[in-house]
Amino acid sequence: MISSFKNISWMRLTFTFLGGIVLLFILAPIAGMYLNTSIGSITNAIGDEEVRDSVWLSLWTSMAGTILFSFFAIPLAYILARKNFPLKSLVNGIIDLPIIIPHSAAGIAVLGILTRDSWFGRSAEVFGVKFIGNPAGIIMAMAFVSIPFLINAARDGFAAVPERLEKVALTLGASPIRVFFTISLPLAWRSVLSGFILMWARGLSEFGAVIIVAYNPKTAPVLIFERFTSYGLKYSLPVAALFVAVCLAIFIVLRLIKKKS
Amino acid sequence: MLKLENISLKVGEFELKNISFEVERCDYFVILGLSGVGKSLLLESIAGLINPTSGKIFLRGEEITSKKIQQRRVSIVYQDADLFPHLTVFENIAYPLKCNGEKNIEEKVLSCAEMVGAVEFLQRKPGTLSGGEYQRVSLARSLAADNDIFLLDEPLASLDSKSKSELRMLLRKLNRNGITIIHVTHDYEEAISLATKIGVMEKGALVHIAPPEEVFRHPKSEFVAHFIGTKNFFKGNLKTIPQSDLKEFAAAGINIFCLTDVEDGEVFLTLQPEEISISTETEKGSSRNHFKGKIIDIAPAKVGFEITVSIGAELIALVSGDSKGELKLEIGKEVWVNFKASSCKIYK
Repeated sequence: MISSFKNISWMRLTFTFLGGIVLLFILAPIAGMYLNTSIGSITNAIGDEEVRDSVWLSLWTSMAGTILFSFFAIPLAYILARKNFPLKSLVNGIIDLPIIIPHSAAGIAVLGILTRDSWFGRSAEVFGVKFIGNPAGIIMAMAFVSIPFLINAARDGFAAVPERLEKVALTLGASPIRVFFTISLPLAWRSVLSGFILMWARGLSEFGAVIIVAYNPKTAPVLIFERFTSYGLKYSLPVAALFVAVCLAIFIVLRLIKKKS
Repeated sequence: MLKLENISLKVGEFELKNISFEVERCDYFVILGLSGVGKSLLLESIAGLINPTSGKIFLRGEEITSKKIQQRRVSIVYQDADLFPHLTVFENIAYPLKCNGEKNIEEKVLSCAEMVGAVEFLQRKPGTLSGGEYQRVSLARSLAADNDIFLLDEPLASLDSKSKSELRMLLRKLNRNGITIIHVTHDYEEAISLATKIGVMEKGALVHIAPPEEVFRHPKSEFVAHFIGTKNFFKGNLKTIPQSDLKEFAAAGINIFCLTDVEDGEVFLTLQPEEISISTETEKGSSRNHFKGKIIDIAPAKVGFEITVSIGAELIALVSGDSKGELKLEIGKEVWVNFKASSCKIYK
């Protein structure tokens, strides 16, 4: 009994140590970035219109992409959670594709369908929508790489809702669409919101795909890259520190909202 | 009111085989059977949650076999976990009213809650309710849906005895007020106390449909026989023996002589344990049935001991402690079981 207790203590100690290293691995570079950046340089970055525009562009394009594609992703997630159909595992695999392919390659792939030479690009132009070098293109690139996070989280959320509740609602006279909006979606809401936050956060931080589809207007990650390659670490640090601070603040607020809901 | 014609379906390991029955308006029909025989599947097929592979369902004179769930006007209440956990009790009861575009929702919710005694917890969430309260709300919600037929899937199974008895009273009251109820359970006491008609279910088939007194007086399934304390129950064939007033009952593994006027054919045989004697040698007397077998179990009974002897089939005899000691009865010992042909109770 005593020896097994000792084993547990040692195990816990070892695991805590190993886990601590992972936390340090995540926190150390971020802490280092702030330690190496003066408040004055961050203030200068806030005053720089190009920086402010890039941060704002990143924020709204990633949010727009998340909202726009959630209208398609949530119904798909529901179908994947509730229905069995041939090649379902293939569909699940396709959804995960953007996670595994390199993001620069993803950018090339997205560029292929958005360019004026493609049917989609030409059709969009007829309606006055230009993708290349345009926020619309940034939205598409961000959504492409981040949509699996929303679909997977929402699918797991819907799968966790007992099907019996939906069936009972039908026996009470509710239509299937009413059941979805009054039972399934509210009960899966936490998971859907988690997916929403993850998709938004992933889109916000996207660099590889965005730089290929739209170098300009510059999103914050593209601007940080440009400042780094043109002027060096010293000039890119304040922009990076500001962008990370904004992302963290929004991320924390959304997590708190989710926890409260 | 409700008529099922040869309903068959299979879902995983559960199966329904040619189920047919009819329920009249205001009937309280209890489907009695062990767990896993397909009782819930039957209810779900009536509600439209599962489609039968063959057969027809008629409700209020109309065929509803392939009708949409939401158009059947049939309420289903499960043992637990069927209230919407994110809504309050009030919102749960109001749910069907909103679906049907009702006005005066508050008034109707209150009326349904009053009917089942749920007024005092209208603002609570389902997760905070006791088992009895939970089922009351579930019934109130079904009432609010204005459906005149309720399908109850073991609604009392997880309740304590006080809540059970209160809920039984409530179910009887709802039935008296015009609600037709189909209630599945494995609890025969529940069936006796509520049913106007009982259907006994075994291995996906309804083997006996009759009023409660008939079902328990003449059990046609081992399940019911076991519940009413009939230890030796067999289903087999009865055959007249030429030039004899005896008949021969043949079931899997045994042939028994019986003294009965029941006609030949498929019958049920029951034999009370106290009618069976055990001896270590062949008995010579008026008993016509003597079987050699091995004791496979000895269990204390309320009085005496129940001795289970394997004679091809299993027979249970009741003996006194004195006899057990005198005959040195123990598991594995070979003995003779003896009983009179007139001790066998035979019925169709």
